[in-house]
Amino acid sequence: MTLPLFFFYLFSAIVVASAIMVISSRNPVHSVLFLILAFVNAAGIFMLAGAEFLALILIVVYVGAVAVLFLFVVMMLDVDFGELRKGILQYAPVGIVVGIILLLELLLVAGSAFLVPEAAGTGVLPIDRGVENTRALGQVLYTNYIYLFQACGLVLLVAMIGAIVLTLRHKPNVKRQDIAKQVARTKAGIEVVKVESGKGL
Amino acid sequence: MDWILFALDYLFGAPILGLGTMVGFVWKALLLLVTLLIFTAYVLLADRKIWAAVQIRRGPNVVGAFGLLQSFADLLKFVFKEPLIPAGADKAVFLLAPLVTVLLALSAWAVVPVAEGWVLADINVGILYIFAISSLGVYGIIMGGWASNSKYPFLGALRSAAQMVSYEVSIGFVIITVLLCVGSLNLTQIVLAQRDMGLAHALGVPWLTFLNWFWLPLFPMFIVFFISALAETNRPPFDLPEAESELVAGFMVEYGSTPYMMFMLGEYVAIILMCALTTILFLGGWTSPIDLPPFTWIPGVVWFVLKLSAVFFMFAMVKAFVPRYRYDQLMRLGWKVFLPLSLFMVVAVAAILQLTGWGWHGGVA
Repeated sequence: MTLPLFFFYLFSAIVVASAIMVISSRNPVHSVLFLILAFVNAAGIFMLAGAEFLALILIVVYVGAVAVLFLFVVMMLDVDFGELRKGILQYAPVGIVVGIILLLELLLVAGSAFLVPEAAGTGVLPIDRGVENTRALGQVLYTNYIYLFQACGLVLLVAMIGAIVLTLRHKPNVKRQDIAKQVARTKAGIEVVKVESGKGL
Repeated sequence: MDWILFALDYLFGAPILGLGTMVGFVWKALLLLVTLLIFTAYVLLADRKIWAAVQIRRGPNVVGAFGLLQSFADLLKFVFKEPLIPAGADKAVFLLAPLVTVLLALSAWAVVPVAEGWVLADINVGILYIFAISSLGVYGIIMGGWASNSKYPFLGALRSAAQMVSYEVSIGFVIITVLLCVGSLNLTQIVLAQRDMGLAHALGVPWLTFLNWFWLPLFPMFIVFFISALAETNRPPFDLPEAESELVAGFMVEYGSTPYMMFMLGEYVAIILMCALTTILFLGGWTSPIDLPPFTWIPGVVWFVLKLSAVFFMFAMVKAFVPRYRYDQLMRLGWKVFLPLSLFMVVAVAAILQLTGWGWHGGVA
């Protein structure tokens, strides 16, 4: 067993174990923390596979931003788990069906290499070993896939605007600071009065 | 079982096992760790001394000459006190939080080049690694604040979650502008780019290296990065997660003794990391400001520490004389001022580089 292989099994074992803990731990905050552990170890596996850029982007985006907001929301929830568990049998069949479909799809993807070995890797662009990871990704994303890449960006932009429109409310009767107004104020209309002590105005 | 011997050999090197000629990675890491911790102790003292001097006080001056041993006395005090864990706290997460903070802060140093070739791991995506690690720094605070199971720590944790996510965005854009100019994510390459290209070369005075550094052409980004670094490390005026006048001590209220010390240590190591990053991105890393004999005799690591200390001096001065931001003002600055400005700069710098053909292209034409 080589060192990379040892680390591969280590990271994979932690990912699987923490994924199980995500769905089995009683406290939702613990679930999110285990989810983060799973993300970090998945990044470790990417790193072993030589996809260093993807590994770090996974950490920056998912762990550094998405999971923080997850945790932010979950921490503030007041969840009664006894109440939640009541409906579990009712929803179980739907959950099992979705789970089986996902499992089958994953098996199809993984199994295609064995079933039709000649088809595997046909859609893959050739890797130039002399070019570093980040540069190679950029060269593909901004040339062959530029339109798809931009379309993804547009979808995200629309989603972002939608989220803002849905949640933004300007409540009346709320005092707001208007920085421009404050800065624009001049001394006109203001009088400095020297008040003698003990006499008042 | 060959791989175990191979790993040990790689980690400890020839002196222990007498095998092969692998580098002693662990020795280098230990050297960096010990140096960093001692440096942190003195940075902490300097912070308190500068703060005191601004307020016309003496600061710590009893332990050792000029109080030089104060940080070590504090260390002993923290270590020998009994750690208290509140009855309602989530024990595991409560103790994990300071550990996460300090381990993340220290691990980021693995990729920081302190002089030419003096780096533990010279990885291609060094800057991205530091960005990833510093984006994880928020977890120590959130976990600590939540696990304490008390009001003030929880408010502190919520504040810091929003604050650190907001300012990471502008830090990311600042890093992107620098990367556009350099054409590589490797920290060593970023420093080399500032030595081998830039304004001084364009003006025909290549020995004036300090004109080469990115602080001059990217001056607005230098300022944005400095202020965002303050916010990212929870330094005053952005120390809202601990805000002693509103939240007692924020997320650290329930912490004492060694766990508290670890929070403190992690915070200062992260601050020094941000100073180092400012030095590497904008102040030319280990290169000497003027490329002529009396200056080039001084080794690069000395220049690096000097520049880092100068940046930290600014951090300390800001702490001493800028009043704390209000929370809505903090959010306004991050989202309505820095984000549009840095976004505009990314577009502008990219356009200029594309039109003029300037830039370093990672050392390859």
